[in-house]
Amino acid sequence: MKNNIRDLRAEKQLTQGDLAEAVGVSRQTINAIEKEKFDPSLPTAFRIARLFGRTIEEVFRYEEV
Amino acid sequence: MKTTQNESRMRRMRVLRQLSLWTLFWVLTKALVVFGHKSLWSGTPWITAVFLALNLLVGIGMVWTYKHLMTLMDELERKIQLESMGITLGLTLVAGIGYSVMDITNLIPWDAEIGILIFFTGACYIISMIVNTRRYC
Repeated sequence: MKNNIRDLRAEKQLTQGDLAEAVGVSRQTINAIEKEKFDPSLPTAFRIARLFGRTIEEVFRYEEV
Repeated sequence: MKTTQNESRMRRMRVLRQLSLWTLFWVLTKALVVFGHKSLWSGTPWITAVFLALNLLVGIGMVWTYKHLMTLMDELERKIQLESMGITLGLTLVAGIGYSVMDITNLIPWDAEIGILIFFTGACYIISMIVNTRRYC
């Protein structure tokens, strides 16, 4: 699943650690989501989208492999 | 939010310490059953049974604490743990049955010992954890 978390994070000047603390996961998890190595659960995806004031579709994009 | 994160980290460390203690007690009670049976109470069955029951109870406590620790992990950590345990279970089953068949058919000149399987399980789990952690991080 594609996402633009890195750009949104840069816009808000948040570090991976800041985002991880706000969402309630580890920094490694945020890193894995940003690198698209790990797809987050629906609650985590919603929390991330809400934190940036976006809808889930604006942050995450599903692409058929 | 930072306080919640710190509290969560502290709680996890506390459960991790508890797990270490349960594991230590489990190993000690196991050693007590084996060596006590031979050397301390000269094979009296009921004493062995009592200490074996104690060892089993401590073992259940250890597993329960580990289960509790998993609930404190985040989703990626839990996924890494579950994948590692799945691989370990599968490989142990395949290797364990293969090893047993080798013993039955006398392909190996020694008896199949459970200790080898426990060592194999531990090695598989550690290697799986390292590979999965590197894969996702």
